[in-house]
Amino acid sequence: MEFGKELIPIRATRSLGDKIFDTSNVIFIFILTLLFIYPFWNLIVISFTSAKFSNLPGLQLLPQEVSLDAYRSLFNDPIIYTAYLNTFIRTAVGTGIILFVTFFAACALSKRDLPMRKWITFIMLITLFFNGGVIPTYLNISNLGLMNSLWSLILPGMANAWYIILMRNFLMSFSSELEDAAMIDGANPLQVSLRIILPLSKPIIAVVALWSAVYHWNAWYDALLYIRSEKYYVLQFLVQKVMKQDLTSASGKGNFVRFTGNTSSEALRAATIVASIVPILLAYPFVQKHFVKGIMVGSLKG
Amino acid sequence: MLRNHRLLNRYGYYYLMLVPALLGFILFHYIPLYGILIAFKDYKFIRGVWDSPWVGFEHFRELFESFFFLRVLKNTLIISALKLVFGFAVPILLAILFNELRNKAFKGVAQTISYVPHFMSWVILAGIFAEIFSPNHGIVNYVITLFGGKPIYFLASVDHFVGVLITTHVWQTMGWGSIIYLAAIAGINQEQYESATIDGASRFQQIRHITLPSLIPVMTIVFILNLSGVLAAGFDQVFNLYNEAVYEVGDILDTYVYRIGILKAEYSFATAIGLFQNLVGLILVLTANTIIKRFNEHGIW
Repeated sequence: MEFGKELIPIRATRSLGDKIFDTSNVIFIFILTLLFIYPFWNLIVISFTSAKFSNLPGLQLLPQEVSLDAYRSLFNDPIIYTAYLNTFIRTAVGTGIILFVTFFAACALSKRDLPMRKWITFIMLITLFFNGGVIPTYLNISNLGLMNSLWSLILPGMANAWYIILMRNFLMSFSSELEDAAMIDGANPLQVSLRIILPLSKPIIAVVALWSAVYHWNAWYDALLYIRSEKYYVLQFLVQKVMKQDLTSASGKGNFVRFTGNTSSEALRAATIVASIVPILLAYPFVQKHFVKGIMVGSLKG
Repeated sequence: MLRNHRLLNRYGYYYLMLVPALLGFILFHYIPLYGILIAFKDYKFIRGVWDSPWVGFEHFRELFESFFFLRVLKNTLIISALKLVFGFAVPILLAILFNELRNKAFKGVAQTISYVPHFMSWVILAGIFAEIFSPNHGIVNYVITLFGGKPIYFLASVDHFVGVLITTHVWQTMGWGSIIYLAAIAGINQEQYESATIDGASRFQQIRHITLPSLIPVMTIVFILNLSGVLAAGFDQVFNLYNEAVYEVGDILDTYVYRIGILKAEYSFATAIGLFQNLVGLILVLTANTIIKRFNEHGIW
């Protein structure tokens, strides 16, 4: 580099090699982004395609013949509403319980002078690496009398060591002055947690709330194991059932969603999937940055 | 006397706040751990855990003589190893590429879109990929036939199934996985780059000698965490994508445990496998952590 160039901001001068790299990079990332978008777009297109065209080969960038029949079939069947309702319930209640459990545990564990703090943290951490396995967990739920109920979906996830540690670390970054002042004024730790710490914890609560909500919304394996009757189906589980059934018969026997009108199994399956992810996709742009912040806080500080 | 009383009062509240969490852990994590005893017994549901006859390591002996167990163990290790290699490397590369983008808006949008697959369950993704890889109307086969090839039934082909698993796994995880590396890159001192440029270092050299080394602590932690899951290999994905035609290569420990444990109620055998997975995972994490601590100062703890 000649002496004169040191005065110019270094990155502003690009060699030819740099420019080629930059352009290739942009092209590559652009194509990659398309690869992320296309599968979802394909799904949406198929869900709006009529029976005649929905199982033909092709790029499917736009529906070859638009039809809303897949959605009509889907929303004519009461089970989709049941599934939506159950999923909302388990997500709301489940997330609420997780937040309740996590917040108070994190508050307690954030006190460095709490006796046996290290041991308590340890027994929580173990659960991250060691678990009973499918069978003992299944038998446990059965023994607790929770089989075939929404509680079997809501309760098991209530204590999550990862969330507790994450929140604990966040709370530990607060200075204790505010709390000490309140305690001197006679407040007990419970009141301090609720009145002082809680309002200050909104960022971390948002992160844990979002993670819990996504977990509950997407959960299907617990439903597979524990749920037997249709009235407790949740969305993802319904999607899975629909995927595995044979939808080519319109008789409705043994089917989870009955056919009406001019639609095909592909379109119906696609429509069911779309219906189950629309809430996530709609909320996603707004909440995405909280997720990212959360994982950065969690990984770098933890 | 008064001071002790106040102290007890104070800590009492904190223990109270811990009760819900401890209850949750005991009920849903620790009591099932007791159920691991089933692996050492000939478990009969009616008789319960305590009353079922003890058989010691009989089930573990059966495991290693079982054709199916050894097959799924092999599949699990192969799939995990492949996922470990590709799933580990690709997010790092992606983070570096994202970082080199100059247009902030483009970078932001591309990143945001790349995270979306992470939020989808495999029930959804399997539905989507069943369509993409479909022999009749999927785009992959469409492109293949355009070039004159014959359609491949990817999801039922023993030769291709694992490839589909790895590819779709990387597709799902690379965006989200790059976040942590991007965060680490953002923490690198910019002066290092500036002095390197003055010294005449090219872009690639700077990446190799500045960016990558600074990512080593993060890579270590991520690697150890991934290693502990090596006997898991992704149940959600495999379960939703597989079918009998590909059991030979695609059946993994967890899917096998599901079928014989839950569907066929061979509780003891399935629990033995679960215990085996846990122990191996634990040993791997501890070993990897110790080894890595010898070379860096950084381990998980």
